[in-house]
Amino acid sequence: MHDPERSLQEGSVSEEILQKWEARGVSRRDFLKFCSVMTASLALPASFMGQIAEAIEADNRPPVIWMEFQGCTGDSEAFLRANQPTAAELILDYLSVDYHETIMAAAGHQAEAAKHKTVEEYKGKYIAIVEGSIPMGAGGAYCTIAGDSALNIARKVCGNAAATIAVGSCSSYGGIPAAAPNPTGAVSVSEAVPGATVINLPGCPLNAENLTAAIVHFLTFKKLPATDQFGRPKFAYGKRIHDNCERRGHFDAGQYAEGFGDAGHRQGWCLYKLGCKGPETFHNCPTVRYNEGTSWPIQAGHGCIGCSEPQFWDTMTPFYRRLPQVPGFGIEATADKLGLGLAAATAVAFGAHGVASALRKGDETDTKVKKED
Amino acid sequence: MKALELRYVWEWPVRLTHWFNVIAIIVLSVTGYYIGDPFVSVPSTNSYVMGWMRFLHFVFAYVFAISWVVRIVWMFFGNQYARFPAFAPWATREGWKHIVGTFNYYTFLKKKVPYVVGHNALAAMAYSGVFVLFLIQIVSGFALYGQFQPGSFWDSAFGWLLPMFGNQGLRLTHHIIMWLLIGFAIHHVYSGWLMDTKEKNGVMGSIFGGYKFIDPDEE
Ligand code: HEM
Ligand code: SF4
Repeated sequence: MHDPERSLQEGSVSEEILQKWEARGVSRRDFLKFCSVMTASLALPASFMGQIAEAIEADNRPPVIWMEFQGCTGDSEAFLRANQPTAAELILDYLSVDYHETIMAAAGHQAEAAKHKTVEEYKGKYIAIVEGSIPMGAGGAYCTIAGDSALNIARKVCGNAAATIAVGSCSSYGGIPAAAPNPTGAVSVSEAVPGATVINLPGCPLNAENLTAAIVHFLTFKKLPATDQFGRPKFAYGKRIHDNCERRGHFDAGQYAEGFGDAGHRQGWCLYKLGCKGPETFHNCPTVRYNEGTSWPIQAGHGCIGCSEPQFWDTMTPFYRRLPQVPGFGIEATADKLGLGLAAATAVAFGAHGVASALRKGDETDTKVKKED
Repeated sequence: MKALELRYVWEWPVRLTHWFNVIAIIVLSVTGYYIGDPFVSVPSTNSYVMGWMRFLHFVFAYVFAISWVVRIVWMFFGNQYARFPAFAPWATREGWKHIVGTFNYYTFLKKKVPYVVGHNALAAMAYSGVFVLFLIQIVSGFALYGQFQPGSFWDSAFGWLLPMFGNQGLRLTHHIIMWLLIGFAIHHVYSGWLMDTKEKNGVMGSIFGGYKFIDPDEE
């Protein structure tokens, strides 16, 4: 039977490209799937598929330098998590990752030399990817690699890159190392290297799908995708989790899990009362999900903790309550307890005042008759 | 001794916005409290409790915001009891006398309330504070509201407040102000009753009809 969608897709990607990928062991089906997923992730019309396929086929593969500073390697893990050839791996194979502390074969001087070579040779052409925050405290001594501080390395590598992609919340906004009281003076890449062209892909960890899409966008259009006020690409952070959440029906109906493992929780009701920060968080988790669309926190039964928002560790806590504590009133003071107290105190105070006033005589305005006109 | 005269003090826009505010604040507080703490969990997915609560909240949010704007505009066009100076007794010497006098009355130090036709001095100052709380409530509310569509009108107008105070900070502020307004409402109704019984000027009735009994001797 004629499948219009299929012919549209195959028609837009040239036979030559498909054959090249087939020669590399990537079936046409997988390659077309990859191109269409990327087109959809970037919110582009399907007609862009051909352009994307051509861009990632071009022979001038940009080198990539992946740097890790104050981070937990979660973003590298997220990127390498795959157990089968996937979209992300296609890109990984295609890009030439010249430096990545966790996965490179080289070590020590050799590795450093490779990095320096890339920076010199491809000045203004390579892509820098940063994972982890950059400590400014103690002259940068809290994080050094090969005897140089993270700050110096970032300045040099990001400052000379065509574009820098900050992956994860730490490199995007300082993340957990920057949480109060921020002992190391941790900052984001864009704060540490103000002159660099940076795009933020926050998340704890980032979603590898979004990194792939951002790179594909850069390769296709030779510029970084449009960003929001926090430097995040709109294609991935333009919608609120709450507005795309699969539990939203239960939210609107008025069905809430009250505790982990209770009847409502087992039925997949909304996690709002367990402190879900989906209404405050912009990310495409509900649509893209993690680990090749396997699952994501809310699907797994845990409220969103707002990890892709700036300073989430300070602003989204307590994670299991909807609202923050009222500052200055101790640990257990919720806004409602204080408010109820305030309303009760007002009622009591004015009640007492009322009794006293009612008993008090002689403060009335003299009674007069209304003028007859 | 002249007899009491009936004077038109609260013009219709003042009374109208007052009652719109009353209704809006009651609806917004009830629905807002539910939004903050959905205490009813329904058994059937067929219902739409939170949906309706939020819908009502947003409809009355517009009512409340428009009412606030109309009242502020009326501060330029209304009579002397409705204009800006009426809310700033601290700006004049006469006003200060009224502030101290009213304070002494409330704290049982004096037996007589200073005579005024419009708002008493303390009430006027409380109202200026309440107008500010209203504004914060409206602005924080619309900033939160705008999030459903980044780049929408409300997001562009007030979205910049979100990074400034934090999303959670704005929510907490919005939530706490509800309690402050409830506290104010209790005080407000009580004082109205008190002055009605003590001054015998028909202040409680005046917000319905607009007329107060004025004593020309005292003025
Ligand atoms: C007297 C006026 C108002 C009162 C007492 C009030 C009260 C509340 C309360 C208690 C909440 C729950 C906050 C929380 O715990 O997160 C809330 C939420 C909210 N209010 Fe208001 N509000 C008022 C006016 C407004 C106005 C003028 C707007 C403008 C659109 C507004 C928009 C919102 C929004 C968007 C939310 C969050 C809804 C959600 O997350 O689903 N409110 N309000
Ligand atoms: S689980 Fe969280 S994001 Fe989903 S509907 Fe409930 S509050 Fe919103």
